Amino acid sequence: MKKVATREAYGEALLELGRENPDVVVLDADLAKSTKTFDFGKHFPERFFDMGIAEQNMIGTAAGLAAAGKIPFCSSFAIFATGRAFEQVRNSVAYPHLNVKIAASHAGVTVGEDGGSHQSVEDIALMRVLPGMTVFVPADAVETRAAVRAAAGMNGPVYIRLGRPGVPVLHEQSLDFKPGRAIKLRDGGDAAIFATGIMVSMALEAAEILTGEGIGVRVLDMHTIKPLDEAAVLQAAKETGAIVTAEEHSIIGGLGGAVAETVCASHPVPVYRVGLSDVFGESGKPAELLERFGLTPARLVTAVQEVLKQKAAL
Amino acid sequence: MATQEEITRLEEKARQLRRHIIRMTGAAGSGHPGGSLSAADIVAALYFHFLCLDPARPDWPDRDRFVLSKGHAAPVLYAALAERGYFPVDELLTLRRLGSRLQGHPDMKHLPGVEMSTGSLGQGLAAANGMALAGRLDGRDYRVYALLGDGEIQEGMIWEAAMAAAHYKLDHVTAFLDHNGFQIDGPTRQVMSPEPVADKWRAFGWDVQVIDGHDMAAILQAVEKARAVTGRPQMIVAETVKGKGCSFMENQVGWHGVAPKPDEVERALAELA
Repeated sequence: MKKVATREAYGEALLELGRENPDVVVLDADLAKSTKTFDFGKHFPERFFDMGIAEQNMIGTAAGLAAAGKIPFCSSFAIFATGRAFEQVRNSVAYPHLNVKIAASHAGVTVGEDGGSHQSVEDIALMRVLPGMTVFVPADAVETRAAVRAAAGMNGPVYIRLGRPGVPVLHEQSLDFKPGRAIKLRDGGDAAIFATGIMVSMALEAAEILTGEGIGVRVLDMHTIKPLDEAAVLQAAKETGAIVTAEEHSIIGGLGGAVAETVCASHPVPVYRVGLSDVFGESGKPAELLERFGLTPARLVTAVQEVLKQKAAL
Repeated sequence: MATQEEITRLEEKARQLRRHIIRMTGAAGSGHPGGSLSAADIVAALYFHFLCLDPARPDWPDRDRFVLSKGHAAPVLYAALAERGYFPVDELLTLRRLGSRLQGHPDMKHLPGVEMSTGSLGQGLAAANGMALAGRLDGRDYRVYALLGDGEIQEGMIWEAAMAAAHYKLDHVTAFLDHNGFQIDGPTRQVMSPEPVADKWRAFGWDVQVIDGHDMAAILQAVEKARAVTGRPQMIVAETVKGKGCSFMENQVGWHGVAPKPDEVERALAELA
């Protein structure tokens, strides 16, 4: 399967938006070549602002641009855009509900060799907790383009989580992307895997393996963490009675947290969260790190088996 | 040059803002009178002489903008907005009450005329820069004014924004520093000295003037001079007195975030009559 990094798709989608909408402006913090905003800057230099290594000021400036009618996209690594500038995102963007889009790349452990200081495993939690913030975590290039376009078309703050490595292109160009609506990629009645970002393709692989063992697994692509598709979560809870969540993020506060909150509130069933178990990342090759932190199809297979045992024991 | 008549009119406006500040914080039983009073002359000059606004159309794209970066001075901003007709003057007495549009710190989502939600210090200047960049892109000639506190400039983000404004040659940004010398924990020079402030802004590439922030003629002249500067943002360091206008509050750090009691309101209003 063809592989494309979501950050690459972001750069292309920005160019497209730049041509269509003169109000789209882009800010970066000295990482334009890595976040892929560089091409936008080349084509629309007057609408591109490199703010230097000053993420807080980048977010604050974007707030002012949005207050004056622009649609700013801010990019940096996820750790800096959401961590370093958290309080600016909170008070200058989310609190006044300004039309600022934060598209951050290099999320998760697949940053690789740069190590734990640069691997954001808490950004989904940080953005999800903010009132009025929409949170997209696209699984592939097609979904990234759709998410970027949806973000530009809605009024209010949006966080888009992007990755460094190439990931399989799962979706057709004709993808029907609706913010807040999960995409069911595979049906099954024994258990459901809610996956987001790079974990979606792994969830499909895991489901394939499990089908061979006679276990029917539903796979949902959760491209939107907030607003969460609660209907899809509760339907899976009722119909399968066993849920696994999968994310390249801490198991605290991200997709797993969101799904567990929803399930607990309305229809309690066992929820097994796959992700980083309250630890930081470390240096290594992306593939090695995914293995090291259990972000693999094989791990998802055992997670489903585990949650099925819990379901049986009820 | 402004006429003496205009200067007198603006001085009376400033006194009116100060009376509102005292009444509002007194009624609320909390708030920040000290740093609101120190900024009253600057805010009066901006709202009643310089800012090109239309209170009937708060979102008019060509309006001038004022960003109160030291958001805790909300009472002085609210007083000016009410006096300019953005909302009824009576509403000032709802300050800080449950359900009021006059939040403890300015909330642009709910109160017309507030250009940016501020209060968390250090963030307003960046927003002002963003507004100026947008104005330049759109070919609009509006100006953006920002008011900073001298304690506030201890925030690192202020200097990120200072660097960016000079880098992008934002000559439509004019900032004031309300240099009253005090912050919650004491005199700024003792807590964490930001001095020498004028030299710092000059070093960051800004046009800098230092004036008496309570001399209306000097404020008017400084803004006129700033508006003529091209290619650089301008900083007007206003030497001010915290609590200015109420003798018992002046230069008293205890009045940073404490409201006057009823008898103190009476005393202050008598002095400001």
